[in-house]
Amino acid sequence: MKKPILVLTVFILFLISLTGAAFCEELVVYSARKEHLIRPLFEAYTKETGVKINYLTDKAAVLMQRIKAEGQTTPADLLITVDAGNLWHAAQEGILQPVSSKILAENIPSHLRDPGNQWFGLSVRVRTIVYNPQKVTPNELSTYENLAEPNWKGRLLLRTSKKVYNQSLVAMLMTEHGEAKTEEILRGWVKNLAAPPFSSDTKVLEAIAAGQGDVGIVNTYYVGRLLKKKPNLPLRIFWPNQNANGVHVNVSGGGVVAHSQHKEAAIKLLEWFSSEQAQNLYADVNLEYPVNPRVSPDPKVAAWGKFKQNPINLDNAGKFQARAIQLMDRAGYR
Amino acid sequence: MRNAICLNSEYVCQRSRFPVWQKFAGYLDTWRFITCGLALTVALPLTVILWSFSYQTQEIWQHLARHVLADLLLNTAILAAGVLTATLILGVSLAWLTGVCDFPGRKIFTWALLLPIAMPTYVLAFVTVGLMDFSGPVQTFFRAWFPASKGWFPNIRSAGGIIIVMSLTLYPYVYLLARGAFRTQGKRAMEAAQSLGWSRTSSFFKVALPMARPWIAGGLLLVLMEALADFGAVAIFNFDTFTTAIYKAWFGFFSLPAAAQLSSILVIIIFVVIAVEQKARKKMQFTQSGRSEGQFDRIKLQGWKKWIATLFASAVLLIAFVIPFLQLLIWSAEIFSEEFNFRYLGFLGRSLFFALLAAASVVCCSILLAYASRQHKDKLTQFLLRISTLGYALPGTVLAVGIVIAITAVDKQLAGILKTFLGYEKGALIQGTILTVVAAYLVRFMAVGYNSVNSAMQRITGSLDEASISLGVKGFSLLRKVHIPILKTGILTAAMLVFVDVMKEMPITLMTRPFGWDTLAVKIFELTSEGEWERAALPAVALVLGGLIPVIILTKQTEK
Repeated sequence: MKKPILVLTVFILFLISLTGAAFCEELVVYSARKEHLIRPLFEAYTKETGVKINYLTDKAAVLMQRIKAEGQTTPADLLITVDAGNLWHAAQEGILQPVSSKILAENIPSHLRDPGNQWFGLSVRVRTIVYNPQKVTPNELSTYENLAEPNWKGRLLLRTSKKVYNQSLVAMLMTEHGEAKTEEILRGWVKNLAAPPFSSDTKVLEAIAAGQGDVGIVNTYYVGRLLKKKPNLPLRIFWPNQNANGVHVNVSGGGVVAHSQHKEAAIKLLEWFSSEQAQNLYADVNLEYPVNPRVSPDPKVAAWGKFKQNPINLDNAGKFQARAIQLMDRAGYR
Repeated sequence: MRNAICLNSEYVCQRSRFPVWQKFAGYLDTWRFITCGLALTVALPLTVILWSFSYQTQEIWQHLARHVLADLLLNTAILAAGVLTATLILGVSLAWLTGVCDFPGRKIFTWALLLPIAMPTYVLAFVTVGLMDFSGPVQTFFRAWFPASKGWFPNIRSAGGIIIVMSLTLYPYVYLLARGAFRTQGKRAMEAAQSLGWSRTSSFFKVALPMARPWIAGGLLLVLMEALADFGAVAIFNFDTFTTAIYKAWFGFFSLPAAAQLSSILVIIIFVVIAVEQKARKKMQFTQSGRSEGQFDRIKLQGWKKWIATLFASAVLLIAFVIPFLQLLIWSAEIFSEEFNFRYLGFLGRSLFFALLAAASVVCCSILLAYASRQHKDKLTQFLLRISTLGYALPGTVLAVGIVIAITAVDKQLAGILKTFLGYEKGALIQGTILTVVAAYLVRFMAVGYNSVNSAMQRITGSLDEASISLGVKGFSLLRKVHIPILKTGILTAAMLVFVDVMKEMPITLMTRPFGWDTLAVKIFELTSEGEWERAALPAVALVLGGLIPVIILTKQTEK
């Protein structure tokens, strides 16, 4: 009496188990940009064009491995990640394919996209210096490199070196200064730390506001987010290296997957992301900067003022990433 | 002529096949077959990971060995030793107090002390750092009211901090298993020892505790695997352990082979620990005589002792569960109106669905494995059993990669077969379906189910099997009619542990889930990795509440 029910249940569960298979007629995006920051865009695109988008979020390296494992049968059409280093690696490993698009070339400044046209920056993330105005006057500040000087001893707060944003920052410093000088800077930073490195930029900001340290290096959108919630925190943004190469910038961006079944549709989506109508949505949802120079940032972001950004191609963030990590390990930056 | 050859060959076939087949069949009975099949399922992704040794990764190893590894190994050893000691003390003492003794509030503490198991370690970690770090409310309060206290606070993001956090979420594994052992034999063992004139203290340490050893060891083994494979909590504390090196190799140097090689070292460590433990207790038998769940008189704690017991239990409960859960509730309340929408019901539903499916499959397989282990004591079967439970030792992400690669390979073969024989062409069959997810959970959580079912199985005396067999009950019906009813508590424990573990599981769910199958843990990952701790409180609360369901069912079933 009981057995047929049991068998039936198992069978039904098995059938349900098979329903997850990909529907191949729609665009599939693997995204390391988190759902709450990308979903509004997908929804807007579907509303405008009727193209349905399936997506999956995870860490960049994991998504790339998944695409590699799936090989030719991968359902993925577009890979979106944060940080140029990740995009560079995706291109290196042959996961992406070159795309020639006039629209993308027009909308995205050349230092924010791959020279080989495999990946394209879609929003700009600025990693800059933040200080507590009760303890620091802006004229004490000048460059990232300057934070390694002894007068900052016991005042600096940093996020962990395991975060790719810091790895890219150090990789870009290496591009400018070479290995030996960069190691010196890193050792200086470590000596100046007021507390062990934090797990997130938000924690760094909270610690600066609470007075555990005076100054730190974070991405601006974390400042925007925190000040939106608690507008009275003593936090100010400073644009470093203005008399040198400019502020370190990074991108979140994407590229078309090599084995994509819907190449044309995937390129269209990329182009739409870079367009004037989508750029505000893409950047403002997270208080980032638009990559398209014709689009102005969110008023809250614009209020932080204009600055000169480092024009060296972000390609280098990927090229030097491994050596940057080794350097940080050597310098004892955890 | 043709006929003759035919007959002849058939005759030859029969003659030559029969004895070989019989010999083979004699060895490969149902139970060995099941063990082999399950061991193979686990072995496949493990092989993929071990395969990594065929890649050149010298440069990364050299770098890690020169600059990183020494510190990491020291940190890992400190973490493992600290968490094992703390969970042993917390788990055993609380199990003894609620299982055998009586003190004010015991009935409530019996189930309440299990609650922390529903709290993922990474959630307790971010709540603790949020509350106790320099910029958190506790230190801010003290700085404001007692300026002299500045600088007194020990840094919470340190070895001590992470050991405390991990121990508080992991002690229930030891508590649960040890308590079962104490309840069924503790009191009787104490009576026997005390009748020989031993004091209560020495009877506990010399009789009750050694008798509970397989269960305590089973619990501690789960704790050790969990602690060694953890990445989420140590990342929040920025405390570098061995898993840090694994993640650095993969996410930093983009070398999955190096990450896999590093992970296989973890597997080997666990393998050795299990082997040593089993060897040490090989000669011991842990069966019980007489009725198990009978009523017995508890040791009634008197005077100040009973209040100390209440105080101790409440302190653990407060720090491990009540305070962090309240903090989560406060954060959730702050963001509820902007964060909550009906998609959360979907996240919750899918979390529960995955957990239920995984619990059912892991428990079924665990019962079969435990029975196979009972039937066959030979080395090969025992070895296969050990293989089947190794998945828990690996960091989830690395295991997930092994699984995805293995499944893709199997998928390609299947697709090829289907294409040649049926002309049916479809890119992927299992890949990206829920079947992948369930298989992955099975590989990962077999140890959790097997440990609790098997330790319960060990308590059934062999004479019971002999009596049943003499009455003609054997094989599957022996398992179904005799063992399973006796194993009920063990099975329920296994189901609950797996259910809660799957609810909390993050990396495998992330990597293997089909499109749109986001769960609560996935949501927490997305928010916490953007540093949005407060917003992550809402899915975390739902996760904890969902995980409480089986805990409550279990206590209802076992505490009558």
